[in-house]
Amino acid sequence: MSDGRLSVFKTYKLYVGGKFPRSESGRVYEVTDPKGKWLANAPQSSRKDARDAVVAARKAFGGWAGATAYNRGQILYRVAEMLEGRREQFAREVADAEGLSKSKAAAVVDAAVDRWVWYAGWTDKIAQIAGGANPVAGPYFNLSTPEPTGVVAVLAPQESSFLGLVSVLAPVIATGNTAVVVASADAPLPALSLGEVLATSDLPGGVVNILSGRTAELALPLASHQDVNAIDLTGAAPDAGLAKELETAAADNLKRVLRPQHVDGEDGAGGTDWTADPGTRRLTAFLETKTVWHPTGALGASGSSY
Amino acid sequence: MPTTAPAFADATASDSALRRFLHGLPGVDAVGLEARAAALGTRSIKTTAKAYAIDLAISMIDLTTLEGADTPGKVRALAAKAVNPDPTDRTTPRTAAVCVYPDMAATAVAALAGSGVKVASVATAFPAGRAALDVKLADVRDAVAAGADEIDMVIDRGAFLAGRYLKVYEEILAVKAECGSARLKVIFETGELSTYDNIRRASWLGMLAGADFIKTSTGKVATNATPANTLLMLEAVRDFREQTGVQIGVKPAGGIRTSKDAIKFLVLVNETAGEDWLDNHWFRFGASSLLNDLLMQRQKLSTGRYSGPDYVTVD
Amino acid sequence: MASAFEYAPAPESRSVVDIAPSYGLFIDGEFTEAADGKVFKTVSPSTEEVLSEVARAGTQDVDRAVTAARRAFGTWSALPGSERAKYLFRIARIIQERSRELAVLETLDNGKPIRETRDADLPLVAAHFFYYAGWADKLDHAGYGANPRPLGVAGQVIPWNFPLLMLAWKIAPALATGNTVVLKPAETTPLSALFFADVCRQAGLPKGVVNILTGYGDAGQALVEHPGVDKVAFTGSTAVGKAIARQIAGTGKKATLELGGKGANIVFDDAPVDQAVEGIVTGIFFNQGQVCCAGSRLLVQESVHDEVLHSLKRRLSTLRLGDPLDKNTDIGAINSREQLARITSLVETGEAEGAERWTAPCELPSAGYWFAPTLFTGVTQAHTVARDEIFGPVLSVLTFRTPDEAVAKANNSQYGLSAGIWTEKGSRILAVANKLRAGVVWANTFNKFDPTSPFGGYKESGFGREGGRHGLEAYLDV
Repeated sequence: MSDGRLSVFKTYKLYVGGKFPRSESGRVYEVTDPKGKWLANAPQSSRKDARDAVVAARKAFGGWAGATAYNRGQILYRVAEMLEGRREQFAREVADAEGLSKSKAAAVVDAAVDRWVWYAGWTDKIAQIAGGANPVAGPYFNLSTPEPTGVVAVLAPQESSFLGLVSVLAPVIATGNTAVVVASADAPLPALSLGEVLATSDLPGGVVNILSGRTAELALPLASHQDVNAIDLTGAAPDAGLAKELETAAADNLKRVLRPQHVDGEDGAGGTDWTADPGTRRLTAFLETKTVWHPTGALGASGSSY
Repeated sequence: MPTTAPAFADATASDSALRRFLHGLPGVDAVGLEARAAALGTRSIKTTAKAYAIDLAISMIDLTTLEGADTPGKVRALAAKAVNPDPTDRTTPRTAAVCVYPDMAATAVAALAGSGVKVASVATAFPAGRAALDVKLADVRDAVAAGADEIDMVIDRGAFLAGRYLKVYEEILAVKAECGSARLKVIFETGELSTYDNIRRASWLGMLAGADFIKTSTGKVATNATPANTLLMLEAVRDFREQTGVQIGVKPAGGIRTSKDAIKFLVLVNETAGEDWLDNHWFRFGASSLLNDLLMQRQKLSTGRYSGPDYVTVD
Repeated sequence: MASAFEYAPAPESRSVVDIAPSYGLFIDGEFTEAADGKVFKTVSPSTEEVLSEVARAGTQDVDRAVTAARRAFGTWSALPGSERAKYLFRIARIIQERSRELAVLETLDNGKPIRETRDADLPLVAAHFFYYAGWADKLDHAGYGANPRPLGVAGQVIPWNFPLLMLAWKIAPALATGNTVVLKPAETTPLSALFFADVCRQAGLPKGVVNILTGYGDAGQALVEHPGVDKVAFTGSTAVGKAIARQIAGTGKKATLELGGKGANIVFDDAPVDQAVEGIVTGIFFNQGQVCCAGSRLLVQESVHDEVLHSLKRRLSTLRLGDPLDKNTDIGAINSREQLARITSLVETGEAEGAERWTAPCELPSAGYWFAPTLFTGVTQAHTVARDEIFGPVLSVLTFRTPDEAVAKANNSQYGLSAGIWTEKGSRILAVANKLRAGVVWANTFNKFDPTSPFGGYKESGFGREGGRHGLEAYLDV
């Protein structure tokens, strides 16, 4: 302000099918920092936006699941590269969103960049960890391979608006799933900005779709949607009643459900420590195991000795 | 002159046509084939069914001696056994045939005169088949002239494996022409063809060329008749009859030594080609020691006691 | 099949198994009556003969069993893995020793042919215990981190189609990982689980580690809902699977569900036809088609439809239906009157919707529950018999023109358990297998099982895998 120049505000939009639409409902809601200072108006997505996002995610699934693991790894690494270049922007947004100091927010963004790098490297390794040859007692070749389960609804964590978001989103898409993400309700701006990074990282449109709004309003239609294969309930952690309701709705088509987990970490009582080693749990939660059999048999029918 | 079944006249028009035809036959999955043969091998054949199967098996035997040491005496002994397999039980059926080398055919014919037991003679430079066509045909003529009812020829496996299918086909035609009224059994030596796909192709090649029987083996190599290769050949004759109306016989030979084994083969016949083949005009066992085991089992069924080798004749 | 070669009856002897007139629940190492004294009868589906009278577990019995399992959990989970392994090896060996007895028992209570219980069920049961026995002291190396912990008490509910095998799939990994078990077998096939209790007794398994509750769905529901249960494992219908998923929502209970299927068996024009026909038969007529991973939809390429159907019908005419104890029987009895009614009703629907029915010519016994091998041709994706799981010896035949169409039709199902591919072209197998949304894909074979091979479905066929290293995860806190 010192130079007297009036800054240009950013209009935050959803990220659906590779495009940046407003909510079809035309609704927005005020996003503030933890102290109540207005930051922006975010789109308040409707159930129809959720439905559109599922359609986009389903459309993208075949191509993304069918891409080579190497290619997915390249793209996830590209996300890290793009993010690295916009560290300052994200540090500012995370600081605003979570009320962190500048240095803490920068550390969070760095961790998020590193998390993309971590999962970029997993794309072509998880199959070797989670699959393999099975020594069946017969003349058969038998191989188990992990495959993405499909369209995954991801309720991003409410507290950790960016590192938490990246930590739940990256493992879902690393293995070839496509995602419909419901951003932190009160701190959606870093998530919406992430859409801009994804859009410039060679990630095919529709692989990740990001919605902002009221978690319960969006989560319920996603949990009961018959064309969604799995749901990550992390963002429902603060509301056990909602989590149960969503899990119940998810049973209608037997979605794979990742329940919210409370792990005491350094963030404070009950919060998840998103800086901890993520392990492979979030990768394997949204994988199916396909086992293929084929007869081997003898080279010849003779068994002859000459 | 034997003619190719009309439905497949085009298939034998040229070497390339024949190759296309044979390579266009459905493939064989080895594990699946062997699993099916093994599953049929678990049929439990008891009491009346067993008695039926034992008598049927005896009646299907081509009682065989194919040794360098064969003599007229040996052949006459074998012939006597074929006519009267169990001297203690005259209800025992006779075997289908006695199978010998061409130079023993006349002896066998004389010994079996009027018995109804056929004389089968191997020919075509059995077992290797490595001789000039003229020599092979002369071999066949000798056997036929000596009175053989059936000729067991070997195919040229070398030509087959080299992909010269028309050569194999024409050789079978030529042999068939020399057979006159004798029935022709075509031996593939399945152990040398090695793959089931080859055995299926050889089966069709033989049937197209006018074989009356298709036969697994000479008994002179490591792997002879097996349930799987016989099942495969039974599928071939079944399919050939469905498509042409012509029925062809099957003869597994070599390695079938026990009643249990023989009954398993009869189950294969029953449940694959069907009961039309449950007759020694259409199915044979090329065997020698099998007969005594069948006889001992037969004695056990009729007396309730287990028999022993001293109660059957050694030939 | 009318033939000169009529196979004389070859029944397996019933005398190898001694079925008591009544059985109690197996709780805390003892056979005990139900708290409310209720019982039910189990019949042989091939004759409707009453085999025995069995205690019917109620809520109180569930509570007793879970309490016993909880009590046993501390000691059992604290045992060195090598000791748990030896118990499981003992169980595997005793099952091998008693396999003839158990095969005959299973055939009597279930109605499936002795050929299958003898050659498939029992060998697989023993192998499953043998396989997981070896894991018990190697869990640190299973890929789930160091010293992975068991969950606690596993409540397991199993179906009637493979009673003892499903028990093995549930109990072997549970015990290997240090859990204790309360298992409820299906009400129509309670006996082999009770005999298994005796196997546990012979093996000297500590009391309370395995508890068997015979009973109906109410007992299964009470078990799933019991707060003392940490892990639910269920094999059965998709409807019940969904109900269970709802019941455990919001709890800490971990679940694996093995549910229904409508497996597509895809036959291409270059298939090894004779083996494909065998695979189709194995796919849908194994265990009278009462198999969740059955190849109940035949997708055959139009260019070979007539040829394949001709061969298939010829082959089906040789199937031998009758006394399940006869060693030559291929097709046994349907497990229950209720299941027979369901099959009959769906077949009637198929006819009403205009599919063309063909039934193998075979005589059905006058007593018992029987359904002759049947197929429907002219079926489309819109027919009920192409969509609903029939769980019986009924094959729906559809056609396709291209590999893409085959994949699209195969995947056009709420289920995703199994699929088959028949072609001699290797790259096509791999391409199609890659695109099929099914947990088990059999290429040029069908209905093969092995303890090392993970089994389980995509989509509404359930979640979690049983078998192999993967099967450990369901019973570990990871």
